[in-house]
Order: sequence, then structure tokens, then C-alpha cells
Amino acid sequence: MSKFEFPPSIKSRPVWGTLEPRPGKHHLMIAEAEGAEAILEIATPDLMAKTHLIFIAKGTDYGPKLEALNPMQFRETPTYGSAVQRIERVLSDAAMGLQLYLTGTEGMMGQVMQAAVTAGIPHTAIQTEHRGSVARRMQCVHCKGITEDVEMDPFQCSHCGLNLFVRDHYSRRIAAYQGVCIDAEDPGNVPAPKGIYE
Amino acid sequence: MSGAEKIAVRVTEITPVNDLITRFRFERTDGGPMPMFSGGAHTVVEMKDGDVTRLNPYSLMSDPMDQSAYTISVRRDDEGRGGSLFLHNKVAVGDEMVISYPVNLFPLDLRAKKHLFFAGGIGITPFLSQIKQMERTGGKWELHFAARNPGLAAYADTLTAQYPHHVHVYYDDDNQRIALESLLDGQPLGTHIYVCGPKGMIDWVRNTAADLGWPREAVHHEEFLAPKPGKPFEVKLAISNKVVQVGEHESLLEAIERAGVDAPYLCRGGACGQCETDVIDYDGTFIHRDHWLEEDEHASGKKIMPCVSRFEGKTLVLDR
Repeated sequence: MSKFEFPPSIKSRPVWGTLEPRPGKHHLMIAEAEGAEAILEIATPDLMAKTHLIFIAKGTDYGPKLEALNPMQFRETPTYGSAVQRIERVLSDAAMGLQLYLTGTEGMMGQVMQAAVTAGIPHTAIQTEHRGSVARRMQCVHCKGITEDVEMDPFQCSHCGLNLFVRDHYSRRIAAYQGVCIDAEDPGNVPAPKGIYE
Repeated sequence: MSGAEKIAVRVTEITPVNDLITRFRFERTDGGPMPMFSGGAHTVVEMKDGDVTRLNPYSLMSDPMDQSAYTISVRRDDEGRGGSLFLHNKVAVGDEMVISYPVNLFPLDLRAKKHLFFAGGIGITPFLSQIKQMERTGGKWELHFAARNPGLAAYADTLTAQYPHHVHVYYDDDNQRIALESLLDGQPLGTHIYVCGPKGMIDWVRNTAADLGWPREAVHHEEFLAPKPGKPFEVKLAISNKVVQVGEHESLLEAIERAGVDAPYLCRGGACGQCETDVIDYDGTFIHRDHWLEEDEHASGKKIMPCVSRFEGKTLVLDR
């Protein structure tokens, strides 16, 4: 089961949607791991013939199934980091009317959205669908370091080592949730970590 | 008092631009500087024509950074309600008038990497100030300007002379059409569209862009509506406890103001949303003409924009 119902939260928290085919001459789809399932659900031969599909496998084996959809262009990469250059290149060459579809973890979708907005796509025009891991990309508000794939709350900042509380406060500019020191008043008094949605 | 803050001005120049369009220059009566504005802004001009006070919005066409004066260009509408005829026929150099502070409902989105302007006829005016703003800030822009013929294409000559590589003019009488689809195809990511002109042109540009997959947020338009005449009707203002007759050539908003009730407004052209008014009770039919309310709100019978919309029927009670 790759879908997860996020509990309602503050306004700052991104709300992810459900992908649907839209009119347009060019389509760019970026799927990460279980996000492949969302692509398989909307794919039609017509749509895929106009689609550049980038698949970030993260150890999953959806690659052959996606390639079998016959996208206009297909590229599989192991991680988000190894896909960044290609994504930026595709965006810099793109024209208005490009439809962008993102599906996978919040961290990947947030970072591609940031790149796409910089390239000139209004953030409200980007389609997203969350699939797979509910881990978060967190920024430490104290040292500003980013810790990827955070699953537990609180967690230790991978840069400065502070114990951070996982907030729903999100920065679209940084594409990360904010982590705030949980034991500033009473150093060492840190609650036992549990899953973010437990 | 509702509306934007007011500025007392004197008419310092009146310049005929072509057979239909005349330019007016306003300077402050107190000699002070005009507020700066942003390209695409308009001012609401107060016109005292006998017993009738008209308040019409006109796009500012001067340089947004030029604080010495504002200029507007007005197209004479012989079938309109008389605002443009008043300016054309009754206003003289030296007259004192009152205009509003600038209000911008058609601003440039400065996140855009390129600005693609589409003007139809007198719809050129907001682009004149936007182009000046773009030239100051080094923005990338391109203008496609459609007019009936060279005699009615206000400012086409100066624009093409000044910006030969940015400005493209099309004349209907010569069967020249903007090749819209091929023009929109291949525009770099981050291009924004702005269109101002007749309703048909605005719809054409917006629909073509939507069909080609352009996001709504990247397509901007401005169309000021003049209130249309209609059958007289009666309105009850519940809060002020007044019953007002709305005349044939008067808008509902103007009738409310004539009754001495201070009602909010900004653009008076169905675009800004300021005058949105709750309907308490009605028995009849609404004639909604604004661009503000959504379709379901129009159908709900719960809201009306009194600047441009009317009513036909027995009873209309407003929360005003």
C-alpha cells in the first residue's frame, strides 16, 4: 500500500493531490520509488508519447514496467541527487504549456517544485501525488543544516546534533519542514522518539 | 468615504490622439508630487455633470515613476453613459477635477521571465505604463497590438519607432490577425501573458492559452465594464432603511450613493470585488455582469456587485 492519508494540519503544511492527465504538448513526469504506481494509473499511450519520464528508483524495481509504457523519453536514476542535473536541464529547455507531474516522497516533490518554480512554473500549476515513504526533509532552524528522510520525532540534527522537534511548518523556498530544538529550556529532557504520525 | 483616497488636480493638457481618443494630463492643484504607481494601475476620475456624478476608471499611461503628472487616454463612446463624452466635450484645460489614488488590478507579475502583452484598441493604455516600467527595470517584454486601422491605433507609431523589435501591430481592416497559436507555442518557461481589449479578444487569448496547457496563473487580463443601462428598479437598503429607485441610465451603486449611503467600491468596473454586497431578499431576476463572483455565486441569489449588475423584478433587499 503506497498511499497514506496525512492528518489535517496547519495551513503551512503542503497538501498533495492526485495526478490526472492534462492538456498540453509536452509532459514531464518525475516518479520516485512507489510513485511509479501513480504513473501506471494515469498512463495512456497518447499521453506517454508526449512524456519525458524520469524514474528515481531508490532501490525499487518499477523501472521495466514504466519503460514498457513507451514514454517519449525514459531515464532511470538510483537517487534524487543523481537526477537533479537532468531535471534542471529539462526545465531550462522547456516551453510554456509543459505539464509537470511529481509523485513520490514529500522531500523529492518539494525539491523539484522549488526547481520548477525557479524555472518559471507557478507552484499552483504543478501536479503532485504523495506515494511511498512518509519520511520528511527537515531543516534545523538553528544551524540551517538539512537532514533527509527523517522518520522519527524528535530526531537529532545530522549537522549540529541538537534534539529537534518535527514541526508541520513548511518552507517552500527551502523545500523542507522546520525542526526546532525540543530541550532548549531543560537540556537533556528529550521525550522518547516515535514515528511522526504515531 | 469609500474608494481610494482622492487627489485634487487641474487639467493641464488636452491632446487629441486620433478621431476617437483624447489624452488628458492632470497635475495636483497644490503643486505637490503625484504618488508613484505600478504599471497597469488605474485612477477613478470624478465627473460632475450637472446633477449626475460619474466615477469612471481609466488606466494610467504615464511613466509610473514620473511624479509631475498623470496622463490618461479616453476613447469617446457615443453610445455609452456619457462619461467619455463628458471628458471629450465638457472638460477644458485649467478645469479642476478630483481623481483617485492609483489602484492596480492589472499588475505585472515580476516573477515572470518574459512578459507577453496583447492589446486591442484602447486596451493599449495599461501597457504604456507597464512598458515604461519594464524599460526602467530591464524586463523582457513583447507587445502585440491589434487595432481597426492605423488611424485608430493610438500610440502605435511612437511605440514602433521607439521599440521596433518589441512591438508588433495588426490592422483588422487589412485582415491582419495575431497568429496566436504559433506565437504561444514555444514561449520559454516563465512567460506570462497580459491581455487588455474587447471581451472577444480577452476570451480568445485566455482560451487559446488554456488549450495549450498554460497555467491560469500566468495569464492576466483586464477589462473594465461600463455599467449598462437597463429597466428602472427599486431597491431596499436594509441597514440604512432606505428605498431607492435605480434609474435607467444609472448603476445600482450610483443610486445607492445618490441616496447618501456610503458603499464600498474601488474599480467600478466589475473587476476588483470591493463592492460585493449581500442580498437579503429578492423576488425577480439578477442581471449579473461582473468578473468577480463565481458562477455558483451568481446563481445563488445571495450576492450582487452593484457597480455593473442590475435587477429586474418586484423586490430586492440589500444588506447595506
